[in-house]
Amino acid sequence: MDVEVRSTSGSGGGTLPVPIYRRRSNAYYRFTQQNLPACKPVLTPGLVITIFLLTGVIFIPIGLMALRASQSVVEIVYRYDTDCIHESFRSNKVAYIKDRSISKNCTQFLKVQKHMKAPIYIYYQLDNYYQNHRRYVKSRSDRQLLHGLKYNDISSCQPEESNNGLPIVPCGLIAWSLFNDTYTFSRETAELKVNRKNIAWKSDREHKFGKDVYPFNFQNGTLVGGGKLNPNVPLSEQEDLIVWMRTAALPSFRKLYGRIEVDLEAGELLSVKFVNNYNTYSFGGKKKLVLSTSGWLGGKNDFLGVAYIAVGCCCIFISLLFMLLHVRNSRIFFGKYH
Amino acid sequence: MRRYVYIDDSDQQDLYCDNRISNRKYTILNFLPKNLWEQFSRFMNQYFLLIACLQLWSLITPVNPASTWGPLIFIFAVSATKEAWDDYNRYLSDKQANEKEVWVVKQGTKKQIQAQDIHVGNIVWLRENDEVPCDLVLIGTSEPQGICFIETAALDGETDLKTRVIPSACMGIASELLHKIKGVIECSNPDKDIRRFDANLRLFPPFIDNDLCPLTINNTLLQSCYLRNTEWACGVAVYTGNETKLGMSRGIPEPKLTAVDAMIDKLIGAIFLFQIVVVIVLGIAGNVWKDTEARKQWYVMYPTEGPWYELLVIPLRFELLCSIMIPISIKVSLDLVKSLYAKFIDWDEEMYDEETTTPSHATNTAISEDLGQVEYILTDKTGTLTENRMIFRRCCINGIFYGNESGDALKDKELLNAVGSNNPDVIRFLTVMALCNTVVPLKSKSGVISYKAQSQDEDALVHAAARLHMVLVNKNGNILEINFNGLVILYEILDTLEFTSDRKRMSVVVKDCQNEKLILLSKGADEAILPCAVSGKQVRTFVEAVEQYAQLGLRTLCLAWRELREDEYKEWSLMFKDANSTFVDREWKLAEVCQRLEHDLEILGITAIEDHLQDGVPETIETLRKAGINFWMLTGDKQNTAIQIALSCNFISPEPKGQLLLINGKSEDEVCRSIERVLLTMKITTSEPKDVAFVVDGWALEIALKHHRHAFTELAILSRTAICCRVTPSQKAQLVELLKTCDYKTLAIGDGGNDVRMIQQADIGVGISGREGLQAARAADYSIGKFKFLKRLILVHGRYSYNRTAFLSQYSFYKSLLICFIQIFFSFISGVSGTSLFNSVSLMAYNVFYTSIPVVVSVLDKDLSERTVMEHPQILFYCQAGRLLNPSTFAGWFGRSLFHALVVFVVSIHAYADEKSEMDELSMVALSGCIWLQAFVMTMETNSFTILQHLAIWGNLAFFYIINCIVSTIPSAGMYTIMFRLCKQPSYWITMILIVTAGMGPVLALKYFRFTYRSSAINKLQQAERLCGPILSLGNVEPQLRSIEKDVASLSITQPKNRNPVYEPLLSDSPTATRRSLGPSTSFDFFQGTQSRLSSTYSRNCKDN
Repeated sequence: MDVEVRSTSGSGGGTLPVPIYRRRSNAYYRFTQQNLPACKPVLTPGLVITIFLLTGVIFIPIGLMALRASQSVVEIVYRYDTDCIHESFRSNKVAYIKDRSISKNCTQFLKVQKHMKAPIYIYYQLDNYYQNHRRYVKSRSDRQLLHGLKYNDISSCQPEESNNGLPIVPCGLIAWSLFNDTYTFSRETAELKVNRKNIAWKSDREHKFGKDVYPFNFQNGTLVGGGKLNPNVPLSEQEDLIVWMRTAALPSFRKLYGRIEVDLEAGELLSVKFVNNYNTYSFGGKKKLVLSTSGWLGGKNDFLGVAYIAVGCCCIFISLLFMLLHVRNSRIFFGKYH
Repeated sequence: MRRYVYIDDSDQQDLYCDNRISNRKYTILNFLPKNLWEQFSRFMNQYFLLIACLQLWSLITPVNPASTWGPLIFIFAVSATKEAWDDYNRYLSDKQANEKEVWVVKQGTKKQIQAQDIHVGNIVWLRENDEVPCDLVLIGTSEPQGICFIETAALDGETDLKTRVIPSACMGIASELLHKIKGVIECSNPDKDIRRFDANLRLFPPFIDNDLCPLTINNTLLQSCYLRNTEWACGVAVYTGNETKLGMSRGIPEPKLTAVDAMIDKLIGAIFLFQIVVVIVLGIAGNVWKDTEARKQWYVMYPTEGPWYELLVIPLRFELLCSIMIPISIKVSLDLVKSLYAKFIDWDEEMYDEETTTPSHATNTAISEDLGQVEYILTDKTGTLTENRMIFRRCCINGIFYGNESGDALKDKELLNAVGSNNPDVIRFLTVMALCNTVVPLKSKSGVISYKAQSQDEDALVHAAARLHMVLVNKNGNILEINFNGLVILYEILDTLEFTSDRKRMSVVVKDCQNEKLILLSKGADEAILPCAVSGKQVRTFVEAVEQYAQLGLRTLCLAWRELREDEYKEWSLMFKDANSTFVDREWKLAEVCQRLEHDLEILGITAIEDHLQDGVPETIETLRKAGINFWMLTGDKQNTAIQIALSCNFISPEPKGQLLLINGKSEDEVCRSIERVLLTMKITTSEPKDVAFVVDGWALEIALKHHRHAFTELAILSRTAICCRVTPSQKAQLVELLKTCDYKTLAIGDGGNDVRMIQQADIGVGISGREGLQAARAADYSIGKFKFLKRLILVHGRYSYNRTAFLSQYSFYKSLLICFIQIFFSFISGVSGTSLFNSVSLMAYNVFYTSIPVVVSVLDKDLSERTVMEHPQILFYCQAGRLLNPSTFAGWFGRSLFHALVVFVVSIHAYADEKSEMDELSMVALSGCIWLQAFVMTMETNSFTILQHLAIWGNLAFFYIINCIVSTIPSAGMYTIMFRLCKQPSYWITMILIVTAGMGPVLALKYFRFTYRSSAINKLQQAERLCGPILSLGNVEPQLRSIEKDVASLSITQPKNRNPVYEPLLSDSPTATRRSLGPSTSFDFFQGTQSRLSSTYSRNCKDN
């Protein structure tokens, strides 16, 4: 009897699903096989040395340009908080600044060292002033600035949120501590016109500060902080406030005060009439007046230029070092194998 | 406690649960609380919740609480949705099973009900190809012999058909009467053992059968099996719902934690500590500054009298500010990439077994990194290294060897002649081959006979017998039909003495239907059969035959028979029945009873079956051994067979290069001496480049593990290779446990049910979905079709996974630390008051979008091509030793983030000083600086760029600008117009370039320096691969120095291995110096018999392959 015997025992087939790899798209298939075309850069000595050399070669000229741009900016910085104080109050500056009966006017002369091309920006600079302090930076209400009394939740403005049950407009510490020194400039005899318009960002004026929000009860409380606002001018036109409300990130900062739209000649003597109201004496802050022209990189700031030159030099140094190492090592290598 | 099931009795219906299956973890009501509870039992989540709650306190929160709540809720929602979806799918499949219509007899009438309404005691009727809805005791089938066939694949993965028989008490009851059957089944309480069912059945009048009828697993139909080749069957429900054998064995496996995960947790802990320190220091500084300086700053308006918690406010603010140090996204990213690793394994076509059309599959998606860190592989032999396709090759019948010349007994003329000439010895030999088994012959309509066998050996024997004209034609109940040279012989099987791994033999008692003679047919392992041989008869030739076959690596079985006297059998039969119906220790009692019959056997001969080595096994083992992985072979086979297989698959080297050390002995003393001798030899040969392996058998292993655990552990650490033969499944698991206590990463690979425990015990379990069913593959973390795929699984998938996770996790820490350091630096210029430089939106987006997209694409990164890795498996060492993720590499990333934070911060505050120092602008400059650096760090750390990586890195950079420009157009957003303003400034772009160059220059220089002048083996291979140059001096990549300093007197088993994963490229680049070493030479003390202490200095320098 011829019996054909066929084994079916445990044919090993699984109940596991058997995927059929359809090559739907080549790219997807290669992805599943972790086999996508790849480029594998390798850090060859040539490449690395070139990268560093090239970086250095590019960086140094850029640095020089940046430095030139910074150097071409003419800047007059004058610290007036120490000078604009009565002789008799030198020992007790805080009492001086807090005493409202004393006139805070003071006139100083600034000499223009170099020709300054219009527009000349007038900044006030505060040092050691922490506009970025957490208590301070949070104490504002952007929505109140825009909507005024229609927006009621001003809890974020603590501790300067309301007066006699009514919310202060604008509320918060930032607004309350508004800078209120003023400067008037005159050249020889004629008064120098300072443009105080358009010093704040256009976007802020149009979208961040309300056109129909009036500071009707600002600085009416028992504690008066900084400057006052004209209650008849809407917030969107209170540019000093808008500038001030753009808090600075650093404890030393400059804020735009105005623009002088005529050139100043070298050797000219400017007389500046300060109204020294703002109290920086209690915490040892400094107040400076800055007149500065502007270059393509902004104001006078050597940092970028110097940093670029330094980094460029380092790159070239590193590339030279690697070149040396490479030459030495390949010599050893050849010495070993030949 | 026992369960009494009354057949079709509605009174006890409510005693047990109904048949509603529920695999669901949640219900609709408890989903939210239970899921939340589960998620919050993790430390990370608790931490983030605490942070998020603290943020609700507006006095201390630096940012909008949404920046933490957003991601937190997102992460929770993602995992809750995943859970809910899984649970919903489980519910759907449960529902489908529960609502299936089944025929049930209730109160004597047959009706169709839903499966979930079955109660214990109901009689369930099944038709062909029906799925069994609950555990049943079979009481009737369509077949006159009372058998039926079932497929148990869903239960144990075995695809062969199994025979189930009705209990003898129900034999012969007409199918119409089955409706009315009454009785009681006494069975044990539900358990999960699918191989055991100890119960008794007693029928009530009119079906009275005074005997208590014993029931075994052979009388049951278990849930999820399928009825095959049988028209109908019916049974009594004994276990229902979740109390079935399947339901009980369902369990949620313990989640395995990989070494990488443990390291990440450790690093998170370290960061947490660092964070606490930062918080305390800054908190104190902040309070001091507040009292000395801030009170003078009138515009800050500090109240003179603060509330009681005032001192806490600043530290808590810093806590919140620093909370981003621990990246909230890391777990999500890790889960994501891990499931991608698993998908890559599933997708891999090079691990697709064409032969059985099985793809590789990663059941456990969370442990791929561990694959790259494997140090010990414990492998089963049969079915794992070999194909488990048994072929009958040789035999020795009554001292005559067949098949020795040709290597195939079936073609041996002499044997064929002997069969032709009706040599009685040969005929008896063939009869045992054909009868002594549990094979089921199936005759198809065309007359072709196929066999369903549970054991591959039996399959081979029956096939071989058929080729030698002794054909098993039909199994009709207890009647076996044999066709020998056209002559039909009928045998009746009276009893089957089943095979157990303890008895190592099986026997059947058959009655020759022609001459009514009773015969006992036995087959089994030589050491189980030969001691039972007739005393005085020479068994020497058989012992020699066994030796000879084992030398050739063949599996041997010893066949024997004995004619029984009628009265002897009757007496024994009663005892057997008795033992069969006991409840306590049934298996043991049965073994004892069987022993009483299996004596004075006449040895007929030895069969030798060949089991082919699988494709590519020697190469795979060689490669993996080169990769520094140690192999242990654990097999149930004989020592000689095991050694032969080990030799043929490169497991051990032949003399003189290799040396085998045997550990044997039957008593404690012998084993002890043996171990000491082997230890001594090993220590002496440590300095020689020799391949030393030890061989231990199950008996000696038992003693060694019980009494000499210390010495054996020592041995285990010293030896790269071990062969353990004759081991039981639990011993396999014990060995895994032993290696795990020494803190080694173990991988267990096997294919059969006997490997399941070992697979579950090991750090990584790999199952081969082979011929012994899918049991192992189901229990395993990974299932592969062939042993050779292990190479790719470890070297490619394991290694890449480890590398990628190492990068991803450290990069996540880096980016979080970077932003956090900037915040800390900023606090120094903001009066240590805890001001956040970045706004809430940016902070949230930074962690969730800007930095997590590119890093996820790093799963495509390959440091070396697959081919290079396969050619130089030694570099796996870097993964094994954890060189890419450890405190030292983390310190590197920590330093880098500190440096980068410094660069970004210093450049930003100087470039944007004076009139430009506007808060929103400065914060955006710093943030874009971070994003730019991220992009370049990613670029520098990526080894191979695919289009996706370019897209992710540069696309992400573009995405950052697009998103910010969009946000900049919204007037109510804080950063309205900021991005446009910056983009218009040349100084912004110049600042960015400066940040990138200053930040990346040193990183590039250092990387290049290391790559070229302090290059690791990986770097060398990269250079060689990419420049097509020669590989220089890779030879000393992995001279694993395994020196151990241990004092036996104080040796503790749990002493961790001394291994230093710290990579110190500038101090000592060679991995040699750090692997498992404490010093160049270490001393070792051990006891000798006389308790005198000998001191010998040794160090083992493993062979550098």
